[in-house]
Parts: sequence; C-alpha cells; structure tokens
Amino acid sequence: MMNKTLLPALRNVFAWLLSAIMFIPLLLVVVNSFKTKAEANGMNMSLPSDFQWSNYSIVIAEGKLIRSFFNSLLYAGGATVGSILLAALAAYVFSRNRTKLNQLFYFYLIMGIAMPTNFVTLMKVMQWTQLVNTQLGIIVMLAASAIPFSVFLIYGFVGSVPRELDEAGIVDGCSPVRLFVSVVIPLLTPVLVTVAILNFMGAWSDFIHPLYFLNNSDKWPMTLAVYNFFGRFQVNWNLVTADIVLTTLPVIVIYLLGQRFIISGMTAGSVKG
Amino acid sequence: MNRSVYPFYFGLAALIVYSIFFVLPGVMGIFYSFTNWNSYSDEIRFIGFDNLAKIFSGEGRYLGFIYNTLVFTVSTVILKTALGLFFAMLLNDGIRAKGFHRVMLFMPSIVPMLVVGLIFKSILNPATGLLNESLRMIGLEVLTQKWLTDLGWAFKSIIAVDVWKGVGYIMIILLAGLQSIDKTYYEAAEIDGSNFWQKLIHITLPLIVPALVVTTVLNLLHGLKVFEAVYVLTNGGPGYATDVMYTAIFKEFSTGNYGMGTALSSVLFVVMTVIGYFVVRLMSREGDER
Repeated sequence: MMNKTLLPALRNVFAWLLSAIMFIPLLLVVVNSFKTKAEANGMNMSLPSDFQWSNYSIVIAEGKLIRSFFNSLLYAGGATVGSILLAALAAYVFSRNRTKLNQLFYFYLIMGIAMPTNFVTLMKVMQWTQLVNTQLGIIVMLAASAIPFSVFLIYGFVGSVPRELDEAGIVDGCSPVRLFVSVVIPLLTPVLVTVAILNFMGAWSDFIHPLYFLNNSDKWPMTLAVYNFFGRFQVNWNLVTADIVLTTLPVIVIYLLGQRFIISGMTAGSVKG
Repeated sequence: MNRSVYPFYFGLAALIVYSIFFVLPGVMGIFYSFTNWNSYSDEIRFIGFDNLAKIFSGEGRYLGFIYNTLVFTVSTVILKTALGLFFAMLLNDGIRAKGFHRVMLFMPSIVPMLVVGLIFKSILNPATGLLNESLRMIGLEVLTQKWLTDLGWAFKSIIAVDVWKGVGYIMIILLAGLQSIDKTYYEAAEIDGSNFWQKLIHITLPLIVPALVVTTVLNLLHGLKVFEAVYVLTNGGPGYATDVMYTAIFKEFSTGNYGMGTALSSVLFVVMTVIGYFVVRLMSREGDER
C-alpha cells in the first residue's frame, strides 16, 4: 500500500530534480549576465542587486558582436539554403529513380554521416579552390558537411509522397525543373522545415571550421567571437555570460518555436525497423 | 521515362560539393599520411610508414590520444544509454508535467558545445565554482575537487559534461521507442505476475533494440569526433592527460606538423568509414520499410 502512494511522489520529485540539474547551469548564465563585475565574480545563483543591462551594451561594443551576429547569420543561413537545395534535388531523383547506380550514389552520400572531416587536408582543398579565409568558404564547408544527413532525412520522406502527383504534373506538361519546383517542393515542406532547423542550429553552433579556417576577426561567427572574448575578459564573468546569452539565445528561440520539427527530425528512422 | 522525368543532373551538385569538400580531404589525407608535409619547408617528401609507426609504436603520446578517445566513446555510450533509458522510462507515463520535463532535459542538447564548455569551466572552478560552493554549503567539503586540473578527475569531468549535454537527446529517441511498444504486452505480463525487472528484461529491452542501436551509433560517432568539450574545458591538460584525437590533430596542425596531423586524422577516417558502412546498411534497411 505504502508503495502505491510513495513511488509516484518519489518519481515526481526525481523528475523535478533532474529538470533542475539540466536547467540550473543555463539559468546561472542568465542570472550572472545582469550582475556587476564584483557580484558575478563568484558565479553563484544569488540574484543581482540591480539589473545591469549595460553589460549587454558593453559586450556588443567590445566583442564586435553586431558584426559576428551577422556573420553567423550569413554562414548558418547560407549553409542551410545551400545544403537543403542540393540535398533535396539529390534525394528526390535518387529516391524516385532507384537504378543500381543511383542507389550506389545514395549510399555514398549517406556514408558521410559517419565520416570525420580531415581538417588538415581540407585546408589544401580550400587553398586550391581559393576559398581559404573567405566567408563563402565557410558556407561551402558547412553545407557540404550537412549534405549527408539532409539527404538521408529527405530521401526517407520522398518515399512517402505518392508518385501519382508527379505523374499528374507530367501529364500537364511540366518540365522536370518545373515539376520539382511547383509540385514536389511544396509536398516536401514538412521535412524541409525540419532539415532547415537542424542545419541552421548545427551551423550556428559550429566552432571548429572557423577555428581552423578564419584568421581574420572581422569574419568570425558568434561562437569564435565568444571564445575569444572569454580569453580576453576571463575575470569579467558578467560580460562573458552576457556574451554567452547573446550567442545562445537564437538557438533557444528556434528550439522553442520549432520543437515539433526538431524532435521529429532527430528521432527520424530510429524507431522503425 | 524515369530518366527524363528524374534527370541525373539534379543529384550532380550535391555529389560534387560533397565529394570535393568532404570526401576528397579524407582520401587525400591517406596519401599525405605517408609524407613529412609541414609548414617549415615547401618540399613534401614521401617518408613511408614513419608517421604511422610513430603513432602505433607507443614512443610518442599518440597511443594515449587514441586510448583517451576510446575511453571517452565507450563511457559516453554506456552512460548516455543507461541514463537516457532510465529518464525515458521515468518520463514515459505516470508523472505530472511530463512535457515540461522533456523540454528541460532536451534543452542542453541544442546549446552549442562551446557554450556548454564555457559554462562548466565556471561551474567546475575549484575556488569559486557553483559545484564546489554547493558542496561546501551542504557540509560535503570532503567531496570538493579540482575538477578540471586534477589528473584523476579532469577526464571524468569532461565525460560528465558531455553526458549532461547529450543525455536528453538520447532520452527523446528512446522515449519514442518506448511509446511504440504495445501496452497490452505489459498488461499480459502483469496478469502473469511479472515484476518490474522481468518486464524490463523480457518486454521493454527486446522491443526497443532498434532505438538502442540508433542511439549507440549516434553516441559512437559523436564520441569518436569529440573536440570542443576537451578543447574548451582542459585543452588537453593537465599535460596531455585529456587530449583526444581531434584536439591532438588541431595541435599538430597549429604547430605546422601537417603530415602527422593528417596521419592521425586518417586513422580516424579509416575506422569511421568502416563504421559508416554498417551505418549505411542500418539506415537503408529502415528507409526501405517506409
């Protein structure tokens, strides 16, 4: 009898405890970003005596954050659009026209999900293609590394879209390009949104590509800027945390808005089988 | 008809970009592994198996980097799977505010690893960090540690931070697996008088094997490629005690030892491409069932 009432209560308590462990580190950052330098020195959970909004304006000015923000936006946006467009085109033809050769190419593309990037030799490729230390270079690299998983997700979805709709388009005299743009793309919207959100968040969080390939601070994205800022202002945790909040806020907002799409994408293909 | 409606050139752009900027560096890397490519001279000389011999002979620290990477991978696979499954079962049903807890547990997964590293650099600070402060406050001073600088704790701390960040993601996948299990199995087992453990071992585990395979593969790939967690939290220190493959490659790259960097990278490339072959088989099997 005891077990019947105590166990559910314990489970609820444990769940709250767990949520707290996950959330406190994030809350810690937000709280400290409003403190004075002296208050934030200890990095504890005590509330700020007075909200120091000026931390944010200092960080934005000192850390060149406006510039970095738009750099991040450019890299994440560019890589997302590029990878989706290329992946959707490839996934569509490889899924619809399953010849031996196309299957092989599909396998070749999704092998990339497991492959690690060799950044050392990637540098050589970037030099050959004149893309080293350029913004276009970062976009291309991020797009290329996002292609495998994007193709995998879109390919799975194309299989669930009835072929009859393509045929209706053909009967109406659509060219292949027209068919893809006006018939197929609208049908793929759900999966394209999922892939877009995942790729955008991935590219926004990327740190290693700019670390290897950008030496000009004017081109740094938020992640590299915040890391560098941490190096320069390590004792000013109030400023570092404000910088962290500004770097993380976009992905948190996207997560809360697009939760449904993110989870469907991340769990895709994992429960069937 | 297929050929004209679904033209091959649609797939060409993806194949070209992916091949040049993703596959080519990996394949080139194998070739450059056999050279003394470095930043001090323009001439690249073929030196045979020297780099690989150096890695595997154990005279340098290289075997330690491989060992660390493996320890990190195996530990995170086990911890994330066990904890993820436990949390998923906890939040599956019979609990209030399920949705809220799921959002909370998943939240760290979307925060950039770099940011997580910086946050925990503060939390794990021995003098002022939240963890040691809290331990002191509740009278557990004996448990305080120099989390990131103590030889015995640094690597464990990195593993713990990575588990903290990644466990929610694994939980979400396993939760989806749990929800696909037909409730009648449990009802039948209860009528037969099964206890919790019998139900777990004979019903739950066998039925979520597909989800467990996927989470294991994801954790495996993530673990072998770990970089930011180590780079930000300890940068390989104390000494080289916590260096893994990707941080070692970055150090070789920064010091101009490109040949050695690419040799290390190629070891990873070959191992992971073999894993990739099995991943592809796994994923294409699921794709066909749709």
